[in-house]
Amino acid sequence: MLTDEVGQGGTPAVGPGNSAGHRGGAGQNLVQLITPQGERVSHPEYDPWVRDISDEQLGSLYEDMVVIRRIDSEATALQRQGELALWPPLLGQEASQIGSARALREDDFVFPSYRDNGVGYCRGVKPEDLVRAWRGNASAGWNPFTVNVATQQIIIGSQSLHATGYAMGIQNDGADCVAVAYFGDGATSEGDVNEAMVFAASFQAPVVFICQNNHWAISEPVRLQSHIHLADRASGFGIPSIRVDGNDVLAVMAATRIALDRARHGGGPTFIEAVTYRMGPHTTADDPTRYRDANELEDWAAKDPISRMKSLLDRKGLLTADLEAAVAAKADAVAKELRAGTINMPEPEPLDIFKHVYSTPNSWLDRQQDHYSRYLASFGDPAEAASEEGAR
Amino acid sequence: MTQMTFARAINSGLRKSLENDPKVILMGEDIGALGGVFRVTDGLQKDFGKHRVVDTPLAESGIMGTAVGLAYRGYRPVVEIQFDGFIYPAFDQIVSQVAKMHYRTQGAVKMPITVRVPFGGGIGSPEHHSESPEAYFTHTSGLRVVSPSSPQDAYTMIQQAISCDDPVLYFEPKRRYHDKGDVDEALDLGSALPLEKARVITDGRDVTLVAYGPLVKTARDAAIAAADEGVSVEVIDLRSLAPVDYAAVEASVRKTGRLVITHEAGQSGGLGAEVAASITERCFYYLEAAPVRVTGFDVPYPYSKLEMHHLPSLDRILDGVDRALGRPNSLSGLEG
Repeated sequence: MLTDEVGQGGTPAVGPGNSAGHRGGAGQNLVQLITPQGERVSHPEYDPWVRDISDEQLGSLYEDMVVIRRIDSEATALQRQGELALWPPLLGQEASQIGSARALREDDFVFPSYRDNGVGYCRGVKPEDLVRAWRGNASAGWNPFTVNVATQQIIIGSQSLHATGYAMGIQNDGADCVAVAYFGDGATSEGDVNEAMVFAASFQAPVVFICQNNHWAISEPVRLQSHIHLADRASGFGIPSIRVDGNDVLAVMAATRIALDRARHGGGPTFIEAVTYRMGPHTTADDPTRYRDANELEDWAAKDPISRMKSLLDRKGLLTADLEAAVAAKADAVAKELRAGTINMPEPEPLDIFKHVYSTPNSWLDRQQDHYSRYLASFGDPAEAASEEGAR
Repeated sequence: MTQMTFARAINSGLRKSLENDPKVILMGEDIGALGGVFRVTDGLQKDFGKHRVVDTPLAESGIMGTAVGLAYRGYRPVVEIQFDGFIYPAFDQIVSQVAKMHYRTQGAVKMPITVRVPFGGGIGSPEHHSESPEAYFTHTSGLRVVSPSSPQDAYTMIQQAISCDDPVLYFEPKRRYHDKGDVDEALDLGSALPLEKARVITDGRDVTLVAYGPLVKTARDAAIAAADEGVSVEVIDLRSLAPVDYAAVEASVRKTGRLVITHEAGQSGGLGAEVAASITERCFYYLEAAPVRVTGFDVPYPYSKLEMHHLPSLDRILDGVDRALGRPNSLSGLEG
C-alpha cells in the first residue's frame, strides 16, 4: 500500500523507513540556508557558494520569482479565457527554477521539461515564446541556440539523455561549459533517466541532473516512483548527489554552483534533488482535488518560496517600499507583454504544416503539399477547406 | 576499382567520413576493440581514437538519446544498432526526438544522425537477429530510410547518409556482408547517384520487379532465370525506402504494365503495399494486371530451420512474376 508522503504519515508496507521524502528518513539531510520563516541559517559547506550574493542580488532573485509566478498566473488566466489550449503551472517551484537557472553561465546549455518556464525566463526566453506552443501556434517556442535552452521536452525524462550527449560533446570539444537536464520526480522511473545516469557516470560527462521533486506526477505520489530519497538513487550510479530544500532559492543556487563547478573541472555529473511542491494542478486540464488532501497543500503553503524570501528581505531591512513597487511594476509589465504577445501572435498559414519536416527537399512531401495547395485553392477561404462541418 | 566485401565497403565509407569531417563520431556496442559483431567498424577505433569511435553502455535508447545531444552540440553521430531486433528500445528516441526535432524547432536544430542497422534474415540466427523493421521507420515522417544492395552503393550511400542534414536509417543487408564487389573508392560523392534515387539494375520489357537490400540479388537472379523462359524482367533497386523514387518505378511500369514488389518484411502494412498503392494511383491505366507482392509472412520471424520458407526465394519471386503476367502459377484457378 502506498501512503501519502506529507501530512498523512503512515508506515510503508515494505522496505526501510527512509522512503522518498518520508519524515525521519535515514537518507541525506536536506540542505537549507533560509528557513520557511525567512531566517538565514548558516551552513559551513554551502555558505561559501553564495557568499557573493549581495543585498541587491537577493532583491533580484526575489524579483525573478515574483515575475515568474506572475507569468504563471497570467498564463493560467489566458488558458481560462481560451487564449491558450493548455498550461502547466509551476506554482510553488519558483525557487528551484530561479535558484538553479541563476547559477548558470551563458554558455551552459539547458535541456528543460515543459514545466520549467522559470528557467526559460531566466535565460532570456521572451514571455510570448513561453506560451507559443501552448497556444498551438508552433510545436515549440524558440530557437534553442539563441538562449542556450533546448525546447521544452514533453516526453518524460527524454531530455536527460540529450543533456548527457551534449555534455559528451562538450568533453570532446575540450570546453568547460556544462549541460543541465531538468526533470521531475516521475521522470526518475523512466528508463531514459536511468540510462542517462549510466552514460554520464561512465563517461564522466559534464552534466548536472536537476530533479525537481514536486511530489506529484499528475496523480501519482512520489512514493510510487521511489521507496528511497530520489537523491539516494544517484549513488547506485556512482554519481554524487545533493538533496536540497527546493523552496529555498539560496540553497538551490549553492547546490547548483557546487555541481557546475565539479562538472567544469572534470569531476563529472551531479544529481540534485530539489525538494519542492507542485501547488497547482499538473496542467490546467487537471483536477488535483480528486487525488490529494487539502491539508498537504496547506503544509506546503507554509513553506512557500516567495514568502520565505520576502521574510528574509524583511528581516534584513531590504523590503523597502521602493523594492516592492519596482518588483510589482516589473511583474505587471511582463504580464502585460505576455498577454499582448499572446493575443497578437501571428496565425500560422495552412501550408506551414509542411515546413521543416526535412532540411532537404522530399519528393513524398512535395507531392502532398502540391495536392493540398490545389485543394485549398479550390475553396474561396482556406479555413472552409478544413472545417469540421464542411463547406460544400 | 578495388574488390572488397560489402562489410569492408561500409568500413571504408565510414573511414572516409571520419577523415573528412572531424564532427563525425561513431557510437555503438562493441564497435571499438572488437570492431563490431560483424567487424564493420574494424580498426576504426585504433585509427581514430576512443572519442571518435565510442563503445557505449548496453542501452539503445541511451545511445540514440545521447546522439541527439551530440547533434545539438554540432556533431554528426553515426549510431550502430547491433541487430535489427535490438532497435526497439531506441524507438522512442528515434520517433519522438530524432524524427521530430527539425520540425519542432522550425529548422533551428538539425539531426544529422545516421543509424546503421544490420537487418534481414538468412543467417540462421536465433530470435531478434533477423528482422526487417524498415516499415516502422518509413512510416515515420522526418526520417529518411535507405538500404544499399551492393558494395559500391554501401560505400557511397553511407557517406551520403552521414553528410545528409536529415536523420537517415541505413539498413544493411547482413546476409550480403560477405559478398564481394568492385568499389571505386575515388568516386566523387557529388557525381554519385543521389541518395533518394532508385536504380534500374536489369532492363526489361514485360514485368517491373521492385526489390531492395538483401533481395536485390535474388531479384536479379530471378530475372536471369525468367529470361531463360522468354520473360523479360526489369529489376529496380529502390535504394531509398523513404522517400521511394516513384518516378523511376512509374517510368518502368508505364513501359511494362506489370508490377511485382518483394521484401523480407511481412506483407501487411509493409512497403510493398505502399508501392503498390502509389503506383496504382499514379499510372492505373498503364497497368495490365494488379500489382503482386512477394513478401515474408505476417508471422514473427520464424526459427531458423524454417526461415527459408519465410524469405522470398528465387522461385517464389518467379511465381509472383507469373501471376503478374497471367501465366500458370501456384494460385491459378483461385479467385481474388
